[in-house]
Amino acid sequence: MIELIDICRTFAVGGQEVRAMDHVSLTIGAGEYLSIMGPSGSGKSTLLNIIGLLDTPNSGTYSLDGRDVTSLRDEELAAMRSLKIGFIFQFFHLIPRFTATENIELPLMLAGVPIKRRRERSAALIDSFGLGNRRHHHPDELSGGQRQRVAIARAVINQPAVLLADEPTGNLDRSSGAEIIELLEELNQGGQTLVIVTHDPEIGERAGRRVRVVDGRLASDSGG
Amino acid sequence: MRPLDTVRYGLSSLGSNRVRTALMLLAMSIGVAAVVLLTGIGNGARLYIVDKFAALGTNLVIVIPGRSETANNTPATLIGETPRDLTLEDALATMRSELVHRVAPLNIGELNAVRQGRERQVPVLGTTAAFLDIHHLNIARGASLPEEDWDIARPVCVLGSKVYQELFGREPALGELIRLGGYRCRVVGVLATEGRSLGFDTQELVIVPVAFAQMLFNTSGLFRILVEGKDLQSLARLKKHIVGTIANRHYGEEDVTIITQDSILATFDKILRSMTLTVAGIAAISLVVAGILIMNVMLMSVAQRTAEIGLCKALGGTRGHIMMMLVCEALLLSTIGGILGLLLGFAGAWGIAQIYPELTTTPPLWAVAAAMAVALGTGLIFSLLPAGRAARLDPIRALARH
Repeated sequence: MIELIDICRTFAVGGQEVRAMDHVSLTIGAGEYLSIMGPSGSGKSTLLNIIGLLDTPNSGTYSLDGRDVTSLRDEELAAMRSLKIGFIFQFFHLIPRFTATENIELPLMLAGVPIKRRRERSAALIDSFGLGNRRHHHPDELSGGQRQRVAIARAVINQPAVLLADEPTGNLDRSSGAEIIELLEELNQGGQTLVIVTHDPEIGERAGRRVRVVDGRLASDSGG
Repeated sequence: MRPLDTVRYGLSSLGSNRVRTALMLLAMSIGVAAVVLLTGIGNGARLYIVDKFAALGTNLVIVIPGRSETANNTPATLIGETPRDLTLEDALATMRSELVHRVAPLNIGELNAVRQGRERQVPVLGTTAAFLDIHHLNIARGASLPEEDWDIARPVCVLGSKVYQELFGREPALGELIRLGGYRCRVVGVLATEGRSLGFDTQELVIVPVAFAQMLFNTSGLFRILVEGKDLQSLARLKKHIVGTIANRHYGEEDVTIITQDSILATFDKILRSMTLTVAGIAAISLVVAGILIMNVMLMSVAQRTAEIGLCKALGGTRGHIMMMLVCEALLLSTIGGILGLLLGFAGAWGIAQIYPELTTTPPLWAVAAAMAVALGTGLIFSLLPAGRAARLDPIRALARH
């Protein structure tokens, strides 16, 4: 499903080259539940961004679903992101002037799905995510846990094969964080590949496969 | 992304910052309203003046002695430098054509008019009764100049109303004598109080028969000849006829200059048109300023919404999508602002028409179209830079900024 071979990524910071990814190879199978842990600045977010096609490696190859995506053009990358990948962020990144429904439908809107079909698909998700009485609320009228639910609904509305979550509980209290993790695990059980970047060892330990990143290298990998 | 969604997205973005949007709309609408209103006024003034000119008779041809080689209206033509004068016989000769309706020879000079110790310098016009008809000058009291052979130097005069008042006060003037230059002449009529007519204030004129004027000024030449054609269509043929007739009499030399009212009219029309354009151009600058404002606001809006733009990219938005969303937002601003401006401009034009009913202040269609086009154009051009900047945003950094 996801196959990274010898990936390098360097950033120029103040005239100095910083190697955020140093010859990383990683294969993730369809339906896997993987956590990426490591100290701050170790390169775990960079790894997630490369998997999510938001960042392109300086060298190495990345194939997603058997297709080499290392050198795709902007439109093709956008299409891949739209169809294959769902992002979940620490800060939710909901558009404040949109209602919950509109936020959830944003990927479909960008993909040009007609509004009627969007409503059908978002309505089903809203109900199954327990947001039924919140569909017309704006993000500032929602609790943190509800916001993250909306964000997850947005991530899965296009039924992507891969869910990428960057510190999904970092901005939530313990109980709503636990609910969010359970929701993500449910989705994973439904067949979607789940990759979580986290600081929290408790959350990281739950994953079926745990990867540690230190100084841009894979320090340990519990499986694969 | 569907066009309707792009529009909806733009509207929601504009709606999220109402004060900023309202200020932008104000700037844009003032610009458009200024163009519409100023061109409306300019156009109204042009129509008004052209209309007044046309009332003077557009099928009038003015013959001036002397040939100007370069332009029609140089000072030399007004002074009338010429080897050969225009004479009464020339004027009579031009009359012999079915194209000619009326002919009025004209002599002009300045003389002292004296009556019982009251003295005043007045412009004296030597002509025939036809002149008064051509220029729509009405007689208030008495009669016009006598209709008789042009070469009879009968010492009579028609006074302008102001001259009459200054010489006679409230006393009756008909049949009385005044001194003009060295000669005595009898007042036969007084002009009605009427406005100005092309260059002379008719209220200050003294009009005498042309032959008498030639005697007064001691000349055999004419200042000019006015020829009124039967209709506008044959004006070109009339001009040819006049030049030909006079050239025949002047040993084949075409030594006169012909001015038609319509060429004067055309000149005025041109001047006023370019003035309207200039004013419109100045107003359009305010539109461009509004465009620059749009650019500023869009840049600010992009800076404020980096996370949102990054998000759209992460969710499958292409650079094209982002460009389109922001350009659409700017176009919405300028369209709404433009429409508001049109309403404002038309309302203003209507208001002015209420105050000055003789002015038709309807803005010309081209100005309305141009104002909208400039509004949309500036909206488009000045949103390209901010939109391009947004499209090139690195989604990772955009999302990280929080």
